[in-house]
Amino acid sequence: MSYNGAPMSNAVTAAGITFAYGERRALNDVSFEVAAGQACGFLGPNGSGKSTLFKLLSTLVPLQQGRVSMLGLDLAKESRAIRSRLGVVFQSPAVDKKLTVRENLRYGGLLIGLSGADLAARIDAVLAAGRLADRARDLVGELSGGLRRRVEIGKCLLGKPDLVLLDEASTGLDPAARKDMWSMLREDPKLTVLFTTHLMDEAAEADRLLLLDQGHVVASGRPAELMREVGGQVLELEAADAASLAPELQQQFGVAATVVDSTLRIDGANVHELVPRIVQRFGARVQRLSLAHPSLQDVFLKKTGKRFVVTEPDALPAKGRRRKS
Amino acid sequence: MRAVLALWHREIVRFLRDRPRLTGSLLQPIVFWALFSGALHGSFKPGGMDYGQYFFVGTLAMITLFTAIFATITVIEDRKEGFLQGVLVSPVPRLAIALGKILGGASLGLGLAVIFLLLAPLAGVSLSFDRVMLGLGVLALLALAVTGLGFALAWLMDSTAGYHGIMMLFLMPMLLLSGAFFPMESAHPVLAWVRFVNPMTYGVGALRHAFQGEVPGVPSFSVCMIGTVLFAAATFALGALVVNRRSVRDVV
Repeated sequence: MSYNGAPMSNAVTAAGITFAYGERRALNDVSFEVAAGQACGFLGPNGSGKSTLFKLLSTLVPLQQGRVSMLGLDLAKESRAIRSRLGVVFQSPAVDKKLTVRENLRYGGLLIGLSGADLAARIDAVLAAGRLADRARDLVGELSGGLRRRVEIGKCLLGKPDLVLLDEASTGLDPAARKDMWSMLREDPKLTVLFTTHLMDEAAEADRLLLLDQGHVVASGRPAELMREVGGQVLELEAADAASLAPELQQQFGVAATVVDSTLRIDGANVHELVPRIVQRFGARVQRLSLAHPSLQDVFLKKTGKRFVVTEPDALPAKGRRRKS
Repeated sequence: MRAVLALWHREIVRFLRDRPRLTGSLLQPIVFWALFSGALHGSFKPGGMDYGQYFFVGTLAMITLFTAIFATITVIEDRKEGFLQGVLVSPVPRLAIALGKILGGASLGLGLAVIFLLLAPLAGVSLSFDRVMLGLGVLALLALAVTGLGFALAWLMDSTAGYHGIMMLFLMPMLLLSGAFFPMESAHPVLAWVRFVNPMTYGVGALRHAFQGEVPGVPSFSVCMIGTVLFAAATFALGALVVNRRSVRDVV
């Protein structure tokens, strides 16, 4: 997803975004920058605020606090101008299942101001790029999830946007369909892509990644750099008495272990050397032991002290949905 | 304008492709008219005319109202199915969304009313070219008014069930107390007052003037037209107001 072109200017600059649904703060002083041409991922569990951030950036809900510049335009004052250069793909499908693929693209094109021969040419180009030409007359409701997603991406790219926002767009897609989706997006190397995800492998492909938790940015940077910060290796021990084992490990081997549920985690450059010693000294109490290179899961855990758990898609609180903002 | 036409066209295409909805919309007013006029034939002669003739105009008003209800319910479906948020993030002004949906629903109501008009000879309603032209104008205005109202209400609703509840609570009484089903001039004083403030009274009255000439107990044609124009203007303004308010409930 990387774009290694000329010196980059920022496609998006956000400073101090705070957003609340009534009393509940969904975003708290969120700031970040995304260079033009980058693919920037927002990774976080349910309730981390990434969907709220997406709704703000896609101009669906107005800013409450903070400043956002997108493509050099002020989000608070120039949202319509931003929308004319923006492509958006939602987690829930935004295509009409009762219309054909071509009809969906046609209506999508008319809504962004395309018409006549230009529109027809763009539709043909998008159908070709998405390998959808032979399905153009099929009703979208008859397509598989992966094909529908390709229609969505095609619709989003019809107007040749400068910036694309994807909200959990790959949720429910198999790896092949996800690859198709990204290959369509990568055709234009100058395109800036902001995407929310809870898939670690997808997030690891981003040029830049922001980890969100409870409305805060807890880490940001290149995925590889973030993982390097954790250390060279991660040793994970599962034990029924994890909490009491932690101080004993500290006492015996001088290592700091983090307790998460019934698991102890130790990270560092040479933690593999501890394995035989731990097995010899505490073997009877350890139920499972694993050694691995750090993942984004480990980054999240290190930054928040919590496991990254996804239960269901982010949803607005019932009362929040009714509240005017 | 292209966006308005696109949204309008989509409403028509979706309606024509939805066979059950198409069948129901075409047959329901005919069944209603046949049942009511058959059941009350001979026992109820409002204004001295046969009930089938009287209820013919009422059925036209009912068609515009019911079509508006079913057409604007798609606002809630579009939101739930995600289509609406796709439109909201396009550069289209929100007013164009309201206009496209309202024109779409009103066109369907008008189209169905025109089909029902073909049954006028069966109902014993004699139509001249002038009457039909005037009647179509009034029908278009009334269809815009009730679709605008339905749009504004649907925009504020989260569930189709809730929308149906509100429709039954407000719009059905509006239709019943408009003179569409029965004359209201000898109604209880409270209902007579309700009839006075009920905007459907003027729409139905204008339709009676257009298709049946002077009917006792109906306000004058000019009063009916002013009332209907104001009704349409008010509901369109309401639709524009609700659609222009960005809120977190706009999204799925």
